[in-house]
Formats: sequence, C-alpha cells, structure tokens
Amino acid sequence: MQLVLEKRAERSNTIALVSPLIAIGLTIVTMVILFAILGKNPALALRVYFIDPLTDSYSLQEIAVKATPLVMIAIGLSLCYLANVWNIGAEGQFLIGAVAGSWLAVKTNGTDAGPWVLPAMLVMGATGGALYALIPAICKVRFGASEILTSLMLVYVADLFLDYLVRGPWRDPNGFNFPTTAEFDPVATVPILVEGGRLHLGAIFALIVVFAAAVMLSRMIKGFEIRVVGAAPRAARFGGFNSKQLIVLTFAISGALSGLAGIIEVAGPVGHLQPGFSPGYGFTAIIVAFLGRLNPVGILIAGLFLALTFIGGEQAQIAMKIPLDVTKVFQGILLFYVLACDSLILYRIRLVSTSRQVPSGTA
Amino acid sequence: MELLDPKFLESVILSILAASTPLLIAATGELVTERSGVLNLGVEGMMIVGAACGFGGAWLTGSIIVGAICGIVAGALMSLIFALMTLGLAVNQVATGLALTILGIGLSGLIGAGFVGERITPAAHLYIPGLTDIPFAGRILFGEDAFVYLSLALLIGVWWFLYRTRAGLVLRAAGDNHVSAHALGYPVLRIRLFAVMFGGACAGLAGAYLPLAYTPFFIPGMTAGRGWIALALVVFASWRPGRLAIGAYLFGAVTILQLHVQAFGLGIPSQFMSSLPYLATVIVLVLISRARTGGSTAPAALGNTFVPDR
Amino acid sequence: MSDSTPVSRHSGETPLLQTVGLTKRYGSFAANDSIDIDIWPQEIHALLGENGAGKSTLVKTIYGLVQPSEGEMRWEGKRMVLSGPSEARSRGIAMVFQHFSLFDNLTVAENVALGLDGKESFKDMSARLEQVSRTYGLPLDPRREVWQLSVGERQRIEIVRALMQNPKFLILDEPTAVLTPQEADQLFIVLNRLKSEGRAILYISHKLDEVKRLCDTATILRGGKKVSTCNPKAETAASLARMMVGTEIKEVKAAAARKITVPRLVVNDLCLEPDDPHGVRLQNISLELRGGEILGIAGVAGNGQDEFFSALSGERYSNDPGTVVIDGIGAGHLSITQRRKLGAAFVPEERLGHGTAPRMKLSENALLTGHAASGMVRFGFVDTPATLSTVDRTTQTFDVRKAKRDPEAASLSGGNLQKFIVGREILRNPAVLVVSQPTWGVDAGAAAVIRQALLDLAAAGAAVLVTSQDLDELAEITDRIAVMFHGRLSEALPTAEATREKLGLLMGGSGLDPKETAHAAGA
Repeated sequence: MQLVLEKRAERSNTIALVSPLIAIGLTIVTMVILFAILGKNPALALRVYFIDPLTDSYSLQEIAVKATPLVMIAIGLSLCYLANVWNIGAEGQFLIGAVAGSWLAVKTNGTDAGPWVLPAMLVMGATGGALYALIPAICKVRFGASEILTSLMLVYVADLFLDYLVRGPWRDPNGFNFPTTAEFDPVATVPILVEGGRLHLGAIFALIVVFAAAVMLSRMIKGFEIRVVGAAPRAARFGGFNSKQLIVLTFAISGALSGLAGIIEVAGPVGHLQPGFSPGYGFTAIIVAFLGRLNPVGILIAGLFLALTFIGGEQAQIAMKIPLDVTKVFQGILLFYVLACDSLILYRIRLVSTSRQVPSGTA
Repeated sequence: MELLDPKFLESVILSILAASTPLLIAATGELVTERSGVLNLGVEGMMIVGAACGFGGAWLTGSIIVGAICGIVAGALMSLIFALMTLGLAVNQVATGLALTILGIGLSGLIGAGFVGERITPAAHLYIPGLTDIPFAGRILFGEDAFVYLSLALLIGVWWFLYRTRAGLVLRAAGDNHVSAHALGYPVLRIRLFAVMFGGACAGLAGAYLPLAYTPFFIPGMTAGRGWIALALVVFASWRPGRLAIGAYLFGAVTILQLHVQAFGLGIPSQFMSSLPYLATVIVLVLISRARTGGSTAPAALGNTFVPDR
Repeated sequence: MSDSTPVSRHSGETPLLQTVGLTKRYGSFAANDSIDIDIWPQEIHALLGENGAGKSTLVKTIYGLVQPSEGEMRWEGKRMVLSGPSEARSRGIAMVFQHFSLFDNLTVAENVALGLDGKESFKDMSARLEQVSRTYGLPLDPRREVWQLSVGERQRIEIVRALMQNPKFLILDEPTAVLTPQEADQLFIVLNRLKSEGRAILYISHKLDEVKRLCDTATILRGGKKVSTCNPKAETAASLARMMVGTEIKEVKAAAARKITVPRLVVNDLCLEPDDPHGVRLQNISLELRGGEILGIAGVAGNGQDEFFSALSGERYSNDPGTVVIDGIGAGHLSITQRRKLGAAFVPEERLGHGTAPRMKLSENALLTGHAASGMVRFGFVDTPATLSTVDRTTQTFDVRKAKRDPEAASLSGGNLQKFIVGREILRNPAVLVVSQPTWGVDAGAAAVIRQALLDLAAAGAAVLVTSQDLDELAEITDRIAVMFHGRLSEALPTAEATREKLGLLMGGSGLDPKETAHAAGA
C-alpha cells in the first residue's frame, strides 16, 4: 500500500475552515510530548500556557497589547504573500519604523512641543517602514533580485543601525550609560485606552487595519488585482494588471504597517527606544499570516492566539521554569501543521494498492 | 602591524579560510538541493540545530568526529521534515523553509541551553612536519583543520557528481523540467528527497563547524545569518560549483576584513562594519541578477511544486 | 465489434502486441473501456479518435506509464505486465510523445542519454547518436542546447532517441501537429523506411488525410471504447470521421454573404523584440482587417504567434501608436485595458493560466477581462452580482456545462472552459476579436459551437482574427488566410485560393525567409 497525493477538482471549503483547528490540535499533542520530554507536567504546562492568561484582566490586556503589532504586521504581510512576493524583512521594517518615529521623539524630548508630535511620529514611522520595504521591492522589480534574501539581509542591517543609534548619538545622557534613549515625553506617547490598564490606542489602529484589509481584499478591484497577480501572473497580465506596480504597492503597504506597528510599540508599551525591544514580532507575524490563512479576520484571530502563547510562555517560564525557546518551538511546529493541513484543501490523500508495481522506471 | 607583513597576511588568509568554510559547506549542499528543483530556505535553521547538536555531541563524548556526525544527522533530520512537507504533501516551499528556520532557532535554543558556557577542545589542525613549517604557505596549505579540507573535497565531489555521472545528469534534469523527467520514468520525488537530505546534512555539518572548530563554544544564534548568506551564494554562483568557491571566499573575506578595519580604529562605527556582509549580499544579489543576460540560469523547475499524476 | 481485419497475411501468426479487454478507470470514469487491439510487425497502424476518446491513455498503458484497471496485454504471444517505461523500452517498445520530454537547458546528447538506459558510455552514445541521426535523415548536433532548437528539430531528438533503442514497436503521438506539410512528408519517408525494416508503428492522429496516405490499418476509438478496425485506404475521410465522431455534427454554416465594412483592425509595420531569448522577433508585420471579415493566420507553433498576440492585445506595447490601429484609433502604445475600452477583445491560446486564473471562480474570471469596460467596477468596488450575471448569460448563450453556478475555472472540461472564455468576450460585443487556437484540445461539439459563434460575430459586423494550427478549421471559417513564419507575416490569400500546397510552402518559409526558401526547395 502506498499513500499518494491526488489533486482535488475544487478547493474543499470544509477543510479550509477546519484545518487551522486540526493544526492547533496536533500542535498541542506535540507540545504535550515535548513537555513530557522536558520533565514538566504536561497538563499543568498546557493550563499555564493557554488557560491562565485568559483568566485575569491584566493578562487579557497584555494579549491585546502583544497582538496589536502582530496583527498589523501580518495584515501587511498577507498582502505581499497573496501577491506571491515574500516579504521576510518585516522585522527590519518594524525596527526602522520605530527608529524613524523615535527621531522626532528624541528631537523634541524635553522641549514643550504640542500634541502634533505623536501623530507626526506615527506618520514618520509608517513612512520609514514603507521606504525601507521599497528597497527589496525595487531590487526585485527592477533587477530581479530575490526579495526573500534582500529583505532578510536588511533585517540584520536595521538591527545593527538601531544598536548604533541607541548606543551612540541617541543615548540618554542621564541614563547611566544604558543603551537607551530618554523616556519619551507624554506628547510622544501612545495614549492608554483605559485608565490604569495597558490597552492602548494601537489596538484600535489594528482593528481598523483589519477592517480595511477585509474590505479591500473581498470587495475592491485592487484586492482582486493583488490576488490574481499572486495566483496566476500571466492571467493577471492578460487582465491588464501591472504586476510590478502591485509588488511595489504591497511592499509599501506592508512596510508602512510594520513601521507603524514599530513606532506604536516603542511609543506605547515600551516608552523609549532600546535595542532588542522587539521579541521578533516581524517573524512571528509571518506565522500569524499563515495561520490566519492570509485572511484579515483569520489573522486577527491568529494574532490573538499567538499573543496568548507569548504571554503563556512568559508565565510558564516564571511558574514552571520552562525555557522561552519552547514558545518558538511551539510556533514553528504550529506553522508546520498549519501548512500540512492546508495541503488537504487542494489535495486528497489516498491509499493506493501496489499489488501491481507502481511505475517507477529507474534509469 | 604592518599591513604587508607576511605573518599578518598569513593570519588574515587563515582566518578568511576559516570564516568561509561554513559558508562553502552549507552552500554546496543547498546547490545540490536547488539543482534538483527544490528551494530550501531553512538552511539557517538546519545550520543552527547542527551547531547545537554538534557541540553537544562533542562535549558529551569528547570526540570532534562524533560531534560532526551529530551535526550532520541533525541537519539531515531537519531536512527530512522539510522533504515530507514539500515533497510528500506538496506544501509551498517558501513557507515551509521559513517554518523550518523558525523551528530550528527555537530547537537549537532548547537543545543548546544545557551547553552554554561549556568549552571543548577545538578540532585539531593538520601538521605534517616539513610541509606545514614552510613559511607563509605551509600553514595555509597543510595546516588546516579537517573541515576545511572536507569542504573543498565536498565541492569537488559535487562538481564531479553533477557533471560526470549519470545520476548527476538525472538530478539536473529533474531540476530543469520535472514533468519531462517524470514522463521519462525517473523518480523525481525520490531524487529530490536525496538532494534535500544531502543539503540538510551539509547545513548541519556547516553549523557544527562553528562550535567545533571556529570557536570552541556554543552560543545561541551563533550562525548569525550565515545560512541566509549561503542561500545568496548559490544565486551568486549561478548554481555552478566553481563560482561557489569564489563567492564563499569573497564573503569570508568581507567578514574578516571588516573586523580588521574595526581594529584599525578608523572611527567608523562598529555596527556599520558588522553590517557589511549583509549589505554586500544585497548588492551582490542585485548585480548578479542584472548581469544575467540570455536565459535565466536558475534550474527551470526551482521552487515549483510537483505532484506526479498516476 | 471489430470489422474485417484488412489483410490475411497475418493468419496463423501471433501479433507483436495484443491488448485484450484493456480497461482504465479514473474513479467512475472509464478512459479506456475493454479495448482489443492487434499490432503486427511491418505495419503502420493508425489510432484514430477525437480529443478525449482515450488514445493517450491507451498508449500510456502500452508504454507502461499507466497501469490498467482490467484486461491484459500480450507481447509476442506472452502475457506482459509493465512496471514502467524502462521495462517497456527493454522489450523494444519506444514512444515519441506529442508533448516532448526534453530539457531545455541540457544539450542534445544529454537529452538523448536521459531517454536511454545508460548502459553505454556517454562518448559512445554521442557517436551513435550522430550516426543514427544521419542514417535516417534527421541530422542533429549533440552539443547544442535544446532551447536553441526549433520545434521540428526538437521532435527529431525525440525520434532519434526512440530509434537508438532499436525498437520493434514505435508509437508516435500526433507527430505532425507541429510540422509543416513538407516536414511531415519527410517524416513519412522515415516511417516507411522503418516499416520496411520490419518494425511496427502505431500512429496516433486525428488528421484523416494523413492516415489515409500513410497507414495500413486504423483502429478507431470513441468515448473510451473501440469502435472499429478498418483499412483506411478503403474508407473515405467522411466515413472515418463518422466513425470517430458518431452523431452527425451540425455543419457550420456561414452567413449567406457577410457585409464587409471599414477597416477595424490595422497593423502597420509592427516590429517587436522577444521578451526572452527563446522567443521570436516580429518583423514588419502589416495587415488590414475589415468589419465582417474573418482573417486566419496559419503557421506552425513557435513562429511568433505568441509574440504577435501579445503585441495585438497590448500585453506588450510599443511607443508608436500607429503600429496597431483599432477602429481608426492608434492603439500601439495603449495597455490591454485601454484597448478593451476601445472595443477589442482577446482570447489567448492557453486557457488555464492565461485566459483564466485556474483556481478562481468563473465570476472572478469574468471580472478579469470585464473590469475594463463592462460596468463591473464602480468607484473601485466590484459589483459581484454583475459578474455573476455575466457568468449566467455566458452559460446560457454558449451552453457551458458545469457542476454548479460559479465553479472554479479549473474544474471545467476543456471544451466548456473554452466556450466560457470565448463567450465572455463575445458577449461584450467587441469591435475586434483576436482569437488564438480557438478549438485546440476541445471536443467536436464545443468546437462547432465556438466556430459558429465566431461566424455569427463577424456577421454582426465585427472584425475577427483567428490564429490556428488547424488548416481545416481555417478553411472552414475564414475569408482570407495569411501565414506566419519566423516572425514575418505573408500576404493574405483568399481562402478559396489557399491550397494545402501553397500554405505548406508558406509555412515552411518559402517567399518569407530567403534561407528557408532554399531549404524548402531542396527538401
């Protein structure tokens, strides 16, 4: 007997709905095994990871806070991936957006600037991210260079650039030599939504972005163009859609969203610019995009779910001494299962009898 | 130190060789994978797992060889996961490669957690009395560690395999046109499976080189993007083994030279110098893509999913 | 079920290959249904049938690429079960596919080596390759890379590769589909020589005149079943066609006299460099097409038809508006969307991937070409009901058969998808319609619908340009025919005057390319 893949005549809609759930289920099973290998109580670990963070208001807010950048970045990435261009450099665009917006905060720090500062910072963050994303886009469109490699290399560059800035020209003179800028002024800080809590304005932004993306992709001709360019490039050309323009557009939007998320993160929950302020949101957002199957609402749910695992991972480290790397492993395995289950949308797996030898025809 | 002092030059060349070796090994493996038509972006993940397992194996047994084997096996197993997904389930290769990298980084952190801070005796360097003592050329030619010689042997072996054996011809055919290869009766998926696992084994070995010979300890994230640079090298080499060696040594040179320039204290921020290898990769990719006149030199079927019809 | 076997010289001997009740099912669909066929040495045996009749499946089974669901095969009298093509080859069965199994970036010698079993050294094989190719009049240079070769030369590789196995039985699948009439004659000489050497040949074709000329026996398949075995030389083309198709196909009727009006599509001195190195350069192409006219462009694939289509459609454009003029307006510099707004419509050769996005729904594919000028987009938003109604109207008017109201394009059969694609454009009432290979790979019923639709469109006053490799089709529906060769377009002949010989010569390049004229003269 042998397992073979057979293409389905049409996408299976039932599988499309159910596959993320199957993937999550399989991942949990794998994690139970992993916890057991690590010598931790699996049931307790699962509870600390997935249930506990949902039980008190503080961690619920934290989930939303962590989900905000994930969702914003992932929406941008989903546009690129739908167009079949692989923006891997979201982390770099995230950092550069933070840097671009922080410039204004650092410049106006201590001066009595007006409330225009924060909106200006946000605009600069988005613009910075967009421009940084245009580098790999233009390298691809004009020169044919792989956007995967160029966008990724630029992540390392962005990281080093940020490091240079906060250790050098932007370092807080009163900061005891720590590599960080001064704390941002209140006008340069993203306002909190509920007094005393952690939920900030960025969450509203994220929701708006989700809504806008949903409308664009399902109802607007531009969304259709993006989808066709990714699904059938020659048909897109036949339809009159300019794939180069669309590639540049999706990268620009993605970069802008990542950059915006970056400055919001720095001007919000963190409050100042420092190296390593990002726990790899740009990369986790890739998983969010796939888990949400490149669909805005799916991404919202997936972002919340992954944020949950971040919080759970932190708590598990404190409560059960489970290393933080386990969260990364979980995310990687989850992505694998999601991709594997998604394959069933397009293909069927069948058992085929090999009582007659299957044609192999070796050389 | 005088720039042209032979001793200084010798040590620079030695360090370039050392820095280039992991790039060369990983890129050689990926070259074979891509020539068969598969794009495996998970090289960084496989390398770093190879580093963790390689160090662990050597530290636990005291043998560099065991460490190297652990690295190879780890890389091959990681690539097996990739193969099951992309070849078995026809999953998109780009997404799977990324997932492999993310998983690899996480796994290596878990595995390596127990070894951080430990040290081992690094791989021995060759010593042939008389030959190795020749000033300047002696240590470069006859005083390297086994990995360096292995990397060159691997490259030559791959070249010979691809262009002088029938199996290599079949592999190149599968990467050029998997539909034709299948129609002629060749087991495309099986060929690709071997190519992918070879690439994984190489990536694991390259990763293991870092804590076994380059620096005698393990730090999480010690690959620092070398896997990605190896991928760029394959493009730079236009998928041909000869140019791969040139590319690997060039990149090794950039990595080493920026360290020396930093040491000269020219006032250039260290972060800028450290970013040179990455910037160089971007520039090289742009230049190489522009320079490609005529047909694309990439294997025509690269990255395309193949599901045989029955 | 089988008719009189043609010659009694076979009585008492066993056939070289025999299939008994051979059946192949895919799910509930029987591609081959209980087929009995006998192949004897020293004969050229035709396998006739229209697209979808089961010829390819049968032949793949004989070659070991596909395993039968039921029935058996016998080789030289003994039962044969094949594990794969290499075992077929070891028995002496060789096959030349319709779609070549070649590797563009490898050399001729490497390509041939991959088709053989690797028992001899590469050097020896290369030498033998040169010798065999010279012996049979199919010269090849082992060191050239395949992407540089023409279609006819590529087929030579396939044939030489098969001949180098010294086969007892050679199968050819639609070999002349990509050849000029003169190249086809050359092929027949080779095949007759092979037959005289004692080999058996199975010749798959749907070209009845060829089969009558070349073949001793013909087996006809229809709907997966064998309909009859006969002597094609004793039959007429009409009787063969009837056996192939079954019911009488409604004859395509041209309108009594179509009114020819003003020029609606004019091409002036169009030159275009190819996009990629394997492409063909267009040189000084000019034509004038009037409303009510159907102009056909004949030519073997790979002579610039794709490039010409891109230039007409606007997928590639130049700086000079005058090169392509639509309804009097210079459009050479306009994009495809702008040309659609001017009233032009286009149907490309490739249904899936070019004419439609395969995994998208029909309504989305209607939007693909309709967004420009068909009222489907308002203020950037898509009017989904409008796209759906287009699908409904196309389905009704052109009899598109599908499983549900709005399925994915890839789930439709070739003929039905082609009806949708052609219909979607015709329903826009275009002034100019440019169609490429309108009935390639389409069943006879759908082909008739499509051809009638083209005629009706012209009768309504549109200018229609049809590119086709099927000379019969062009003879049926066009008013004038021009030939494309090496990127040049010949003068258009009135269809009534365009004989096979004339067209064949033009397709072979005489009169168009001085080098080829010399070659054709020497052929």
